[in-house]
Formats: sequence, C-alpha cells, structure tokens
Amino acid sequence: MIYREAGQFKTTYAADQAIFPIAQDKVVVTLAVVAAFVVPTAVAGDYWLQAVLIPFLVYAMAALGLNLLTGYAGQLSLGTGGFMAVGAYAAFKLATAFPALNIVVVFLLAGLVTAAVGLLFGVPSLRIKGFYLAVATLAAQFFLIWLFNKVPWFVNYAPSGTITAPDRALFGVLVTGPNATAQARYVFALALVTVFALAAKNLVRGRVGRAWMAIRDRDIAAEIIGIRPLPTKLLAFGVSSFYCGIAGAELVFLYLGSAETLAFDINQSFLVLFMIIIGGLGSILGSFLGAAFIVLVPIFLTNLPHLLGIAISTALRKQIELMIFGGLILFFLVVEPHGLARLWQITKEKLRLWPFPH
Amino acid sequence: MSSALAAALAPLADIAASPRFFLEVLIGGVAAGLLYSLVALGFVLIFKASGVFNFAQGVMVLFAALTLVGLMERGVPVGAALVLTAATMVVLAVGIERVVLRPLVNQPPIILFMATIGLTFFLEGFGEMLWGSNVKKLDVGIPDESFQVAGILVNKLELSAAVTAGVLVAVLAVFFHGTRIGRALRAVADDHEAALSIGIPLRTIWVIVWSVAGLVAIVAGIMWGAKSGVQFSLSLIALKALPVLILGGFTSVPGAIVGGLIIGTGEKVAEVYWGPLVGGAIENWFAYVVALAFLLVRPQGLFGEKIIERV
Repeated sequence: MIYREAGQFKTTYAADQAIFPIAQDKVVVTLAVVAAFVVPTAVAGDYWLQAVLIPFLVYAMAALGLNLLTGYAGQLSLGTGGFMAVGAYAAFKLATAFPALNIVVVFLLAGLVTAAVGLLFGVPSLRIKGFYLAVATLAAQFFLIWLFNKVPWFVNYAPSGTITAPDRALFGVLVTGPNATAQARYVFALALVTVFALAAKNLVRGRVGRAWMAIRDRDIAAEIIGIRPLPTKLLAFGVSSFYCGIAGAELVFLYLGSAETLAFDINQSFLVLFMIIIGGLGSILGSFLGAAFIVLVPIFLTNLPHLLGIAISTALRKQIELMIFGGLILFFLVVEPHGLARLWQITKEKLRLWPFPH
Repeated sequence: MSSALAAALAPLADIAASPRFFLEVLIGGVAAGLLYSLVALGFVLIFKASGVFNFAQGVMVLFAALTLVGLMERGVPVGAALVLTAATMVVLAVGIERVVLRPLVNQPPIILFMATIGLTFFLEGFGEMLWGSNVKKLDVGIPDESFQVAGILVNKLELSAAVTAGVLVAVLAVFFHGTRIGRALRAVADDHEAALSIGIPLRTIWVIVWSVAGLVAIVAGIMWGAKSGVQFSLSLIALKALPVLILGGFTSVPGAIVGGLIIGTGEKVAEVYWGPLVGGAIENWFAYVVALAFLLVRPQGLFGEKIIERV
C-alpha cells in the first residue's frame, strides 16, 4: 500500500530514466543519506564510528571499485589489496611532500596514481581472461606489496616501515591524522563515498557501463556491435583502480591512522571479493550491503559469546569466522548468485504488490 | 644505464666462477619446484576432468597434512593415519561434489572458481578448528639431512620428494591410460556431454577425480610438511602452483611437472643471484611476474591445448 507507483506518470524521457524513477525510492534514499550524515555524528559513540561505520565506508568504497571491474566489466581481479596499497602510499607521499595541498586533492591524485598502475596491470586483460587474468592480478598484488616493503622512499625512510596519516584539515576542521575526531573522519568518508557511489551509479547506467556489461556478457558479440574491447577493458581497470586507490588512502588516513604493507596483503583482496559476491555482483547497492555484512560478521562473532556468556578463544573465533565466510560464499553462489542486492530487489517487488498479491 | 646493466650482468660472472654452488642452488630449486608440481598436479587433474579451476587445492594440501599430523599426534601409527587421511580426503571429495559441484553445474567457470575460493576459506577454518593452528612437525621417517654426491650437497628429503613425484606421475599415467576409470576420466575431460551420452556417470567421475586430487594433496602435504612444518603458510605456498599452471598449461600433467621445475629453479636462481641487487625476497613475486610475461606470449602454456578464442 505504501510502496506503490500508481499515479506517478512520466511525461519526459528524463523522468523515466532517472536513477530512482519511483517517488518513494527517491524520498527514502534522500532521507537515508541525510540520516547517515546527521544521526551517527550526533548519536553514535567513538566505538561505533571507529570500529563499525568508518571501516564500513572504507570497504564500501573498495567494494564499489572491485564491483565496477568484476561485477560490471567481468574481469576478475585478486589484486585489490595491492591497488589499495598504491592509493595509500601515494596519498602518504603526496600529503607529506606537499603539506599545503588540500586533502581532497591528495585523495583524488592518489586515486589517479592508482588508476595509472591499474591500467598497467590491466594490459594483460586484452589477451587473457577468466582465471588466467586472476593469476595475472595476483602478480600485481605480490609485486606491489614487495615494492612498498623494499623501497624506503615510499615510507619517507621511516625505520619502522609504517606510514602515518598526517593532520590535515578541511574547512578548518581536522579530518585526518591522530588528532581528528571520529565524527569528522566519519563525515569525510561518508561524503567521499556518497559522491563516488553516485558517480559509479551514473557511470554504469550510461554508455560506459553498458559497454562494460556487453564485454562481460559476451566479449565477441560486444566487439561485433562496435564496442572496442581495448579501451573498454582498460577503462574498467582504470576506474576500478581509482576507486580502490581512494579506498586505500581512506583506510590509512581515516580508519587505521598508520599502517604497514601487512594491512594490504592478499587477504584484503579476498575480503573485498567476498563483499561483492555476498552483496551482489554488478550492483552498486550490493557493494554497500556486502561491505556492511563482512564488517559486521567479525564484530558480531566477537560480541555474541559475551552476550551468551560463553568464552571462546581468539583463535577459535578466527577459525569460525573463516568457516562462516567460506560457507556463506558457497551458500550465496549456490542459492542466490546475485547476492544480498537481489534479495532486496525481491523484497521490493513483493512490497509493490503487498497486501494484495493477486 | 650501462652501470645498471653491468650490475644486472654481474651475477652471470658469479655463476661462471662457481659452477658447483650454482648446481647446488639449482638442485634446491628443483626440489622446491617438484613440490610446486605436486600441488599443480592436483589442479590439472580437476581442471581436466571437470573444467573447475580448483583454487582450494592448496588448502586441500594443508588440510591433508593437518589431518595426518593431528592423527599421528593422537597416537595413531603412521600407516593407519595415512589410510584414515586418505579416507578423509575421499569423504571430502564426496562432500564437495554434493554441496558445491552438483548445485553449481552449468554455471560459468568463473562462478565455480569463486566457489572454490569460498571452499578454501571454509576448509582452512575447519582444518585449524579440528587440529589447532600451531605449527606442527611432521615426521614420516625421512631424515632432513644432506649427503655428498660428487662433492655436491644433496638433501635426502628433497631426493625422496623427487622420487615420490616421479612415481606419482607414472602411477597417474598408468591410471589414466590403462584402466577403465582412467579412460572414462579422459572421455569426460574431452567432452562432458558426449561422455554422458555414452553412459559415463559424470557425478561418480567427479567424486573420483576430486578424490585422486585429494590423494595427490596428501603426498604434497607430507613433502611440504616434512620440509617446513605443517602450518598455515602452506596454503600460501600453494598459491605458487598458479604460475606453474600458467607456464605448463592448465590441461597437461607433464606441463605441471615441467612448469614446477622451471618456476622452482628460476626463482631460486633469481633470488640467490639477482635478489641482493634489489633488496632480496623477490622469491615472493618472481613466479607471478614470469607467469604474467608468459601469458602475454603464449597464453595456453608450454603444453596446454591451444584455445582458439579471441579476446
């Protein structure tokens, strides 16, 4: 009854092609975004912001990036961790070399640097695909991490080998570094994710996204209808790496504060891949749902035994976590290959008919 | 630039100066390469028979080794522990066929690949939950010591690994070419539908091939475990089997062996001679970059079937 589009007539193509053609969607999403900006900053404590919401936003960004590449363009990548590392180290170098540079510009430039690196490692995708490509991206992962470990220039010759986010302000408020409040960092991360999610949504709705999906569904057919595989695939690698790079920069600047290469190892790549499988391949919303899920499961597992009054060791918890992740991947691939986003869509379709389904 | 070139070429002079040391490095590389080959062999078997790129092969190696060590720690004699581990791997194969392969039949290969990544995580957690995650010493009675042959150090363990790998390949070759099941396996590998239409039970074949891959995993697990202890990093080492496969070709058993040898010796030689130039530890990525370069030139690998497909 509530979720009904009857009476909403479209009189222009623009209205028909809008991101949210149904008025209720538009209202709810706008309210949700506004609430996301206002409510946690006012209500949530530092623990919630620091342990749940900020990592969620950071990983949502990374998942968006990988989803553009794997979900939309169909190119499997296991190098996400490596690309995030490029973003983080590029942002660190830029921020420390040019202290006057606006932090937003730093992030964008770090994204561009990552995009360039992504293009480089995307070149093999022109000849190979599927799991061959996955192995090629593994090369990126291992090589990049090794590079950041071995070349002291990347960490400004710090003997500890870690990079630390410097204090940077935006509109007079500290948003990065050890002295920034969790609220400021949260709002900054949220603003970035909102803008880039909107950009991604528009990208995949338009010509570029359609070309990606055509390549994903049948590359030869796509070529025949006039899509050039070379620029299309490379663009997917570039844009995806751009997102991953910004996510990496956020990971260090807004979430961890300081990090070494260990934070970007191969498990990070798998984690982001799991997010988009569980959330939904080829779905912007799915990237967010998947990120929320993967961030929340470990927290849930940490707190559940406390609530039930059972003591389980950290090692056991880690193992159960692995089993649950693995089991869920299998479950989703078998039962709902389109992930949580598809479940949400089914709910919406049911809701449109409710309460008179016939 | 010329000085950089000279530095890059200097190790060649080292090799010429001390051929005996070079030979020892080479032998060490061959031994490591054979272990990669053993893991890659499991990949190839499954890929040939079911077209599934089994990312979980590395974890199957870890799981097999963990089970074996776990049983032995509980006082089960070596022989019985081996039989029990083999039984576990067969049960695992049946389970995987039921839970993963059967519902995912006809899905694109990339979905199956991701399913095996899920399987990887599940098995890792499961194995460690059952048997604990601390590093374990696997002692199967092969001493890890060296003796001299014509002035060159040879490790007994590595030698027995080489012999085992050779025997295993021979047994597999006989199994594939001499037995009824082996013929059925090759038929399935050639064409699923044609095999089905002449009455080969596809599901049974899948169980058999995953079991065989499980048994190969036990052998690989024993060899790795005896060399460096049974621990989580085993499954990471097994990732190295991926470049081996690219080099050797996804569908070729001899390719897996040769690819393993090339990767094993290549990365050892590169590490020992060229590693110090760039700060060491290039062993971690050398194999992948070689594979990457190789992919651009010859995507089907050294011995793989040529895929006539444009990208």
